[in-house]
Amino acid sequence: MLKTFFLGGIHPAENKLSAQKKVETLDLPKQVIIPLGQHIGAPAQAVVKKGDKVKAGTLIAQASGFVSANIHSSVSGTVAKVDVIADSAGNLKPAVVIDVEGDEWEEAIDRSADLKKEITLDSKAIVDKVKECGIVGLGGATFPTHIKLMPPPNTKAEVIIINAVECEPYLTSDHQLMLEKADEILVGVKILMKSVNVNKAIIGIENNKPDAIKLMTEKAKDYPEITIQPLKVKYPQGGEKQLIDACISRQVASGALPISTGAVVQNVGTAFAVYEAVQKNKPLFERVVTVTGKAVAKPSNFLARVGTPMSVLIEAAGGIPEDTGKIISGGPMMGKAMPTVNTVVVKGCSGILLMKDFESRRKEMTDCIRCSKCVNVCPMGLTPSYLMRVCELSMWDKAETDRVMDCIECGSCSFTCPANRTLLDYIRLGKGKVGGIIRARAASTATK
Amino acid sequence: MDKKLIVSLSPHIHSGNTVKGAMYGVLIALIPALLTSLFFFGLGAFIVIVTAVLSCVLFEFLIQKFLLKQKTTICDGSAVLTGLLLAFNLPSNLPIWIIIIGSLVAIGIGKMSFGGLGNNIFNPALVGRVFLLISFPTAMTSWPLPGQWSSYLDATTGATPLALIAAGQEAGYSPMDMFFGSMNGSLGEVSAIALLLGFAYMLIRKIITWHIPVAIFVVAALMSLICGLNPIEQLFSGGLMLGAIFMATDYVSSPMNKRGMIIYGAFIGALTILIRKFGAYPEGMSFAILIMNAFTPLINTYVKPKRFGEVVKNG
Repeated sequence: MLKTFFLGGIHPAENKLSAQKKVETLDLPKQVIIPLGQHIGAPAQAVVKKGDKVKAGTLIAQASGFVSANIHSSVSGTVAKVDVIADSAGNLKPAVVIDVEGDEWEEAIDRSADLKKEITLDSKAIVDKVKECGIVGLGGATFPTHIKLMPPPNTKAEVIIINAVECEPYLTSDHQLMLEKADEILVGVKILMKSVNVNKAIIGIENNKPDAIKLMTEKAKDYPEITIQPLKVKYPQGGEKQLIDACISRQVASGALPISTGAVVQNVGTAFAVYEAVQKNKPLFERVVTVTGKAVAKPSNFLARVGTPMSVLIEAAGGIPEDTGKIISGGPMMGKAMPTVNTVVVKGCSGILLMKDFESRRKEMTDCIRCSKCVNVCPMGLTPSYLMRVCELSMWDKAETDRVMDCIECGSCSFTCPANRTLLDYIRLGKGKVGGIIRARAASTATK
Repeated sequence: MDKKLIVSLSPHIHSGNTVKGAMYGVLIALIPALLTSLFFFGLGAFIVIVTAVLSCVLFEFLIQKFLLKQKTTICDGSAVLTGLLLAFNLPSNLPIWIIIIGSLVAIGIGKMSFGGLGNNIFNPALVGRVFLLISFPTAMTSWPLPGQWSSYLDATTGATPLALIAAGQEAGYSPMDMFFGSMNGSLGEVSAIALLLGFAYMLIRKIITWHIPVAIFVVAALMSLICGLNPIEQLFSGGLMLGAIFMATDYVSSPMNKRGMIIYGAFIGALTILIRKFGAYPEGMSFAILIMNAFTPLINTYVKPKRFGEVVKNG
C-alpha cells in the first residue's frame, strides 16, 4: 500500500502537459523588475540606487527584521530605478528595476556544472550561507528557509522531509528538476540534514512520477540515510501537515508548528537552491517555471531569472492563445490569478497557467444542499459549508470555535461543491477577521 | 493583449459536480426498484408513479413561478425525485386525487414553504406520505397483492407481512419472496434486491456514503433481537430498506458528517423497531426518519467531524 494522508483529499485531473519537457534556459529579457517583497514577512530594504552597476548575484536588498530574506540581482546591468510598482495582486510594492547589459556574474559564484559532493561548512555556517543567499521555500509559500533551519528552543528536529509531491495539477517544474538535477538535490538534502543535525531524510514523491521515483531511488543508493517514499496521488499531499502525516504518520496539532512533530519540511526546489548556495556560492535568482495550459502551443519548463516579465515566458511558450480568460501564477488549486501579463516571475512562482475563457468562469452558485461532500474532502476535518454560513453572517466567534484558523486554503471544498458555493472565499474572509480578533485579544491581555 | 483578464480567488478549477448530477444519480439508482414495482403491481404502479411525479413537478413549477416569483428549478431533478419517492411509499391502488393531495403537501409544505431545495428540515416525500397516512388511514393501509398486472382501483388487497406480525401471526411470505419483492406493500419498498442494487450504485458513484444505511441495518437487527422479533423479516419487510437507503440518506435532512450520520442512523433503526413493536401503526420507518430529521440540526451542532491532529500519534 502506498502511503498517503488519512483525512479528506481530492483527485483533480492531472493535466501535466509539460511533463518530460526538458528545462530550457530562457533568453535574458531587456529589463527585469525585482520586487523586494518576494517572501513571507517584511520586504527587504534596497541597498542600491539609480545608476548603480550590478552583476547577477549582487545583493540589491537586505533582509529587514527576523522573518525576511535578502534579494539579489538576477542580471548584470544598470539600476534604472528603485520605485513602487504594482505587484501580482495589484498593490504598489517596492521594487528594483534593472536594465540588462550582458550577462556578467559575481566572481564568487562557481558557474561550472561539476557536482560538488563534499560538504565543508558546519551547521551554523550553512544556515548563515542560506540566509545570505536569500533562499526561501520554493513550493509557493516562500517562507525564509534559514528560519526553518533554526528550530525554536524546546523543539528537536528528527527528520528532514523533502516535498517532491507536486500535487497541483499542470505543474511539472519540480518533476523536471528531479529528472535533471537528482545528484545536486541529494547533496542539497545532505546539507539540509547537516544544518539541523539529523541523520534521516525522506523524499516524498507522488506515484504519478514513476521516472522520478526510479531515478531518485537509484541515485539515493549512495545515501543510505535518505529514503525515497512513493506516495499515493492525492491532493493536497504537498501541504506541509498532510505530507508529514503521509511520510511519518504524525499529525501537527492545531495551532502548533510542524517542527513539533520533529519534521523539517523543505521543497525539492529549495533543496536544489540550497545546494547551489552552499556548494556553488550562488544566491537564489533563477528558478524553473512551468508555462502551461490547454490552449498553450508549446507547454514548457523554463529556467527563468527572477524579475522576468511573465509575457516573456508566455511568448517563449508560443504566445497567448486567442481565447485566454485567466492567467494564473502557480497551480490551478492554490495559484493567484494575475491582473496583467506584465507581472514578473518571483522566487515562489512555480508555474504560469493560461486558462481558456470558458474554464476561467465560475458557475452560478445555488443553495447548499447539505450533501456533505465538502466535509468529506476537507483534509483538516472542518465543516466548510457551516464555516461559510457563519462567515457570511459575520459570526466570527462561531467561526473561531469551529476552527476556521485550521484551514490550509487548499480549495478542495470549493472544488467539489455541486452547488458551486464559494466556500473558500468566505473561509478566507473569516480567517482574516478571526486572525485579527485573536491578535487584538493577545495584545489586550499583554497590556493588562 | 487588450482583452481584460478574469481575476478570481483560487481554486480555479472545479470538479464538475452538480446538484442535478447528484439528483439524477439517485434517480438512476431507483430504476431497479421502479422496474420491480411495475413488474409486481402493473397498471396500478404505473398510474401512481406518473401521477405523483407529474404533480410534484407541476406544483413546484407553479409555486416558484406564481407564488415565489423566482427562477424555476424543476430541471434539477429534485421534484422528480420527491415525486418518485412519494409514489414508492404509496399503495398501488390509491386514487389519483389522494396522490395529488400528497404531492401538494410534499412539495408545498415539505419543501417550498421552507425555501426550496436545501432549506427544508424534513424529507418532503415523507411529509407527504405521513400526511396521507394520517388523513386517509384506510386507503393508505390496504395493500394490493402482487401479480395483478391490469388492475388499479379494483385490485385485491391483503394484509402486509408487518401487519400480520403485529397482529401476532406468521409473516406469510418466505424470506426469498421478501428478498425479491413478491409480497404486498408500498410500490417501491417490496424488492430488497432492487433497492440494494441501487445502494451499490450510489456507493460506487459516491453519491452517498455507507454510514446511514449500515447504521440503520445493524441497529434495527440488534433491536429486533432484543424485542424478540425475527431480524431478517424486520429488515426485509415494510419500508425499512427503501427508507434506510433512499429516504434517510436524503442530503438535505440528514447530518453532515460521518459521526453524526452513524448516530442518526442508529436512532432511526432503533425507533423503527420500537414503533413496529409497541406503536399503533405496524410500520414505523417514516415516523422514525421524520423524528430524526428534526434532530439533524442538533446533531450537526454538537457532533463535529474528526479533526486533523485530533488523534495525536506523536512519540
